[in-house]
Amino acid sequence: MDFLTRYADEILQRTGEHITLVLTATAIAILIGIPLGILITRKPQFKSVILGFVNVLQTIPSLALFGFLLPIPVIGGIGARTAIVALVLYSLLPIVRNTYVGIVSVDPAIREAGRGMGMSDRQLLLQVELPLALGVILAGVRLAAVIGIGLATIAAAVGAGGLGTFIFRGVAVVDNQLILAGAVPAALLALAADWGLGWVERRLTVKK
Amino acid sequence: MPVQMTQREVMVVEFCQVHYSFKHRPLLFDLSFTIHRGETLMLLGRSGCGKTTLLRLINHLLTPTAGEIRVEGVSTQQWNPIHLRRRIGYVIQEVGLFPHFTIEQNIGIVPRLEKWNPTRIRSRVYELLDLVGLDPDRFARRYPHELSGGQRQRVGVARALAADPPLLLMDEPFGALDPITRVELQREFKHLQQQLGKTVVFVTHDTREAVTLGSRIGLMQAGRLVELATPELFERSQHPEAQAFLNTQK
Repeated sequence: MDFLTRYADEILQRTGEHITLVLTATAIAILIGIPLGILITRKPQFKSVILGFVNVLQTIPSLALFGFLLPIPVIGGIGARTAIVALVLYSLLPIVRNTYVGIVSVDPAIREAGRGMGMSDRQLLLQVELPLALGVILAGVRLAAVIGIGLATIAAAVGAGGLGTFIFRGVAVVDNQLILAGAVPAALLALAADWGLGWVERRLTVKK
Repeated sequence: MPVQMTQREVMVVEFCQVHYSFKHRPLLFDLSFTIHRGETLMLLGRSGCGKTTLLRLINHLLTPTAGEIRVEGVSTQQWNPIHLRRRIGYVIQEVGLFPHFTIEQNIGIVPRLEKWNPTRIRSRVYELLDLVGLDPDRFARRYPHELSGGQRQRVGVARALAADPPLLLMDEPFGALDPITRVELQREFKHLQQQLGKTVVFVTHDTREAVTLGSRIGLMQAGRLVELATPELFERSQHPEAQAFLNTQK
């Protein structure tokens, strides 16, 4: 209890940093990932290159990825920027893949009917394919956000702040309370994001 | 000049030595025939004989490998495909209603694409629901998944008729329905056709459907049109494939 009163302010501050990191990264990943996913449904020749690339990114161990990014000028360096770039790279796979899968699994009869009625490709995409794929795309975003909240704890290693700060500090001074001050809020954040985005996803999924 | 005008009015679709291959596999051979205004041409044939392919050439979902198809005197390759398709109603077996649209929105798709004003779209949708035998007040705001198969196909027909296209392409529209609903919809379609006088190209593999609904029957076999006749003449055809289909009725 004594501990909580002493650290309440910092826990709130670190949680705020943590949320900002993940929100920024997920937003950027959505802006890049959804257009990429749409692109590979239109130009299948890019499919294996793009899916292969985002797949490889995902296999790089996270601490190693932060390490790779640190020395790179402009995007790297100590601080939040490096962390955000790494989180974006990790978030791309679920978003790109789910956008692609969501669109190609739209019932071919629906696409045939739309084209047969004289819809342009753009109209078909915006009025039919994307609304019907929305549930699957949001499932990708949810996965990206939950993974992002976990990974962002490591961002403290490159000086990006966030709840990981407590964990690293706690490990260094062998203080379990400090470790928990970072780990528990991070876990709660992940659960909340999963539940909240799951709710949005169910609301926006079209009944067949 | 007057002679040319009449010709144009009579011939809605004209196939001129059309061949079609997909991935070097020939699917349709040397098709030359015309479809007249106001007729119901039934394309009869076994699965895989090229009926659906032929249909999809008319609204330029496919492009012929050789020859050309003229719709209202203009080659499909010269038509803007979007304009062409909006002048042609298209009904498919799976219906293909948009699950996230209400029935009203589904029927109003082409009018909306054509930028009609909302009041006009609504009155047209209600008129069409009446025409296909669905109570507008009960059905307009429902979603496709709340309807039975027969009701959905009625909506599919209403949707195809929405912008009053002169030509209607129907690909086994009643094929997936139970036999009782199928006969009911066939009867209503016949009635509707007498009222509207559209030009219809109708794909089927059901001899009875072809004979009862068609003003002419085109029999297809392995990518060729082997017989083209009125139902009366078709029933007397000596072609072995025609015989095979007629025997299914006995």
